[in-house]
Amino acid sequence: MTATRPDRATPTGEAREVPGLVESRGFNFWYGPKQALKEISLTIRPRSVTALIGPSGCGKSTFLRSLNRLNDIIPETRHTGSIRVGGEDIYAPRVDVVNLRQRVGMVFQRWNPFPRSIFDNVAYGPRLNGRPSRADLDAIVESALRRTALWDEVKDRLRQSALSLSGGQQQRLCIARALANRPEVLLLDEPCSALDPIATQKIEELLFQLKSELTIVIVTHNLQQAARVSDETAFFFLGEVIEHDVTARIFTSPKVGRTEDYITGRFG
Amino acid sequence: MAGAPAPAEQPAPPDDSPTLGGGSVGDRVYRTLTTAFAVAIPVLLAFITFEVVAAAWPALRRFGFGFLTSSAWDPQRELFGAAPMIYGTVVSSVLALILAAPLALGVAIFLSEFCPRWLRQPLSFLVDLLAAIPSVVYGLWGMFFLLPILREKVMPFLATTLGLARTPFFSGPAYGNSMLAAAVILAIMILPYISAVSREVLMAVPRSQREAALAMGATRWEMIRDAVVPYARTGILGGVILGLGRALGETMAVTMLIGNRHEISPSLFAPGYTLASVIANEFAEATNELHTSALMACGAVLLVVTLVVNGIARWLVWSVAREQKA
Repeated sequence: MTATRPDRATPTGEAREVPGLVESRGFNFWYGPKQALKEISLTIRPRSVTALIGPSGCGKSTFLRSLNRLNDIIPETRHTGSIRVGGEDIYAPRVDVVNLRQRVGMVFQRWNPFPRSIFDNVAYGPRLNGRPSRADLDAIVESALRRTALWDEVKDRLRQSALSLSGGQQQRLCIARALANRPEVLLLDEPCSALDPIATQKIEELLFQLKSELTIVIVTHNLQQAARVSDETAFFFLGEVIEHDVTARIFTSPKVGRTEDYITGRFG
Repeated sequence: MAGAPAPAEQPAPPDDSPTLGGGSVGDRVYRTLTTAFAVAIPVLLAFITFEVVAAAWPALRRFGFGFLTSSAWDPQRELFGAAPMIYGTVVSSVLALILAAPLALGVAIFLSEFCPRWLRQPLSFLVDLLAAIPSVVYGLWGMFFLLPILREKVMPFLATTLGLARTPFFSGPAYGNSMLAAAVILAIMILPYISAVSREVLMAVPRSQREAALAMGATRWEMIRDAVVPYARTGILGGVILGLGRALGETMAVTMLIGNRHEISPSLFAPGYTLASVIANEFAEATNELHTSALMACGAVLLVVTLVVNGIARWLVWSVAREQKA
């Protein structure tokens, strides 16, 4: 990693077909008349963890939800600019949103397993995409649960309701559910903000292992978490990316005064 | 106590409910009054039940269990059996539910998920308005509009075109007045209840559940099928039960359409009778005491049928809710 501003490293408009590479160019987003994102140009490296930090309401989550087009379901929104995932312009007219959301998985602040069995939660994506054989499905579910370190905890009660698990386990189950789709990008929207420290630590360890296989983008209000888990950090403020750099540099020698103010706790 | 000056200055009396405080006279009056109201309801229910059973007692003692199983109903010879009415009440209501529930769920799903915003309010209002139409108006509409259509179009279609006349359920002459007519009118009448409740519970499904499905790559329809409806199913079931309760006790429209015949026929084209209808039809003309008592017994049986059906339904809701949580 040599560039200090990785988002400037790629010339505008160049499409590189690297799986898991996320490139946003001049992306603007509006909720009705209110502009939530302003000229976001950000390159997110594949197989790394990028943290999005900043005060509440500054557009982090909006940007995250733009990456899998989940904002599409909110009425009266519009956008300009482009976002590419693995080289594909995800807002192009012919893009299959269903396919995009399988490639770009998402985990939410409040864990949201379906009120069904543990197995059925993880099997949900594969079943949506096709009709996997029983053996395939078993293998996919086991693999996803192993990757989230849940397998040993739940292997004897896969048929029990997912809601019988603890909060931290439910959140890891949601990660497993997303992983079962074999995504190239995983989005996490404050995944630990409602979890205790031990559960948080487990998820952070998980992210560290997962980043060898996929691109991870995490929105967090916990600056220590951003410093612990991420390779790069982007600081959002009032809908703009103020600074994007290698995490160590953001937290030790930020170039912009406002970034420093935020990470030292002077506002936000 | 209207003239009692500044009750707040009086020392608070020792109170048995520490959470309420209950220091002032106003509080005590209020508590006594609301407690009285709350107690009045079960007392009233017990009183009604007692009165009905007491009035029904002569008939119940005379016919015993046979009152429930006999089809004879002859006031002149003082023979009374309620089996056709029990059968008609249950069958017309269940059939109405089978017709109304899928339709109401469809309406609710459209209103909560697909309907454009500007259309949702007016359309919901119109559907809800179905519940405001008086029963007797439904009956009139049924006699002059529904019956001819059933007689001339629907029944021949079911019997001949679909060839269902070979089954016992759609055989016999198509008079119009029939179990089927009663079920159809009941279905229309309970539809707004089921759909209103379903719509509310569907709209109350948390956004997180919807997003969970969408973020996994579900289409809108898959989201509704996999995340929204399953999450809301307890509430939807509750709405269906509300509709069933309505259907069981509905009197006027059913009386005008069901044909009022003391017979049990498997054919939906045949006339039938319900417990509520027989009471409405015959109470004013009940000639002897046993006849009146038999009608009261019908009322008691209706009460029991309603309680049992509601009990089963509540158990169903409870078990589904428990299964969801476990």
